[in-house]
Amino acid sequence: MVKRIAGLLGLLLIAPVASGADYAAIPGGVLVSALAVDGAAARIVLKPFAMRIEPVTNAEFLDFVRMHPEWQRGQVSPLFAGPQYLAAWQGPLTLGPEARPEQPVTGVSWFAARAFCTREQARLPTWYEWEFVAAADVTRRDARQDPARNQDILDAIQAATGRRPGRIGRHPADVWGVRDLNRLLWEWTGDYAAMFPDADARVPGAGASLALCGGSALAFADKNQYALMMRVAALTALKPADAASRVGFRCVRDLPGE
Amino acid sequence: MHRLPVSLLLACLALATPLAVAAPPSPAPLPQDSVYRIPPLQLRDQQGTSFAFASLRGTPRLVGMFYGSCRMACPLEIETLKRIEHAVSAAGGTPLPVLLVSFDPAHDDVAQLRKVAAEHHLQAPLFRLARPEQGDEGMLAGVLGIAYRPLPGGGYSHNVVVALLDAEGRVLATTDASGAPDPAIVRAILAVHAARRAAVRPGAGLQSAASGRPARPKEVPFRDDRRKSSGEVPEG
Repeated sequence: MVKRIAGLLGLLLIAPVASGADYAAIPGGVLVSALAVDGAAARIVLKPFAMRIEPVTNAEFLDFVRMHPEWQRGQVSPLFAGPQYLAAWQGPLTLGPEARPEQPVTGVSWFAARAFCTREQARLPTWYEWEFVAAADVTRRDARQDPARNQDILDAIQAATGRRPGRIGRHPADVWGVRDLNRLLWEWTGDYAAMFPDADARVPGAGASLALCGGSALAFADKNQYALMMRVAALTALKPADAASRVGFRCVRDLPGE
Repeated sequence: MHRLPVSLLLACLALATPLAVAAPPSPAPLPQDSVYRIPPLQLRDQQGTSFAFASLRGTPRLVGMFYGSCRMACPLEIETLKRIEHAVSAAGGTPLPVLLVSFDPAHDDVAQLRKVAAEHHLQAPLFRLARPEQGDEGMLAGVLGIAYRPLPGGGYSHNVVVALLDAEGRVLATTDASGAPDPAIVRAILAVHAARRAAVRPGAGLQSAASGRPARPKEVPFRDDRRKSSGEVPEG
């Protein structure tokens, strides 16, 4: 009896444990985004932040849904997660052979990714934060103008098309200490839905108002960034409740700035 | 066996007992597709009143988002909502309460909300402008189909969606609130009134709140920019 009560006490006293996930400090700086603003390249000033060095894994997401049953497959509101949510898992609390614990979790909706990061006292990155870190390679903070590097990323994406993401960490970490941003999977950003692809221009009657508000339509200032274009196309095709087999996420945290 | 101190045992009971016996009678669970299912979101309105978003359950209402320094789409959104309410009144209906939540809480403090409310002659509690104080307003945006992104030079790229929620928080219809009142949303609001009147009439039986599929508006993005004059507002 006493032991059972002591056990109960232990359960009651377990506070939400701060995640042990590793984050790398990113000092911020200026990003010349591949996305155009007002039809031209834009200089984006980023404040310091910290980014998870690896995408969130199946094992980590399993822990999350164990602690938060409202995000389990079968219990989650259809507003927050569509029918493909965690479809590769064998059961709501069982990973099974198609989802190894150490692999990046995919098939998670934007809502679920967002809720996970909130529980980790973090948030989804903005597109610009993601793009800033993803511009790096092993030795350079901005390697985007290196054709060999860009081709290598494209080849990796092409080879992976139609498959679930492979293992984390097969490529060395970049100059920031962050891994697997470009080749492994698509990743949710917090603001992806506001990238407003040009598809709206096909809506009859929308043309005139779009002409006046053209600055917000999606366009690329750097037409050589095919891999980024594919990524943006893949993300903006999704609704926030959609869960796709190649879309996962990682979180970021604000850091005190100057 | 009896190695645990009595004080610890008492502490256990003190902690455990309220959990066991003090569960208040809970209301019926929300429908699966209720937007009040978003994680807890605490808001504060232009009068300084703090309230939980989920506490709005129980009354049909219109819900959208905005930001206070917006020069173009948001004033248009507010004025369109007023015209929708006028159209509802003109057709014999009662205006529904409106809630617009800021997605720019860093700039939209209560004073700013009060200023915008005064500019548009908005009276709480019928027409509430609110700022998020705790929780994740991005979840609200997501379930309403609203998206926004700060622009490098200030302001936001965003769309406008205003949703008609039934008393349980289900989205019955939406409008982009960008000029002339959308006849479909006016009809949907009137249908909510008709259903509620029928529901309180003895013997009327259960009525569905409104008919018709939720109509997703086309997502016409606006580009609002503090640097630009309001002379660039597109018409209709």
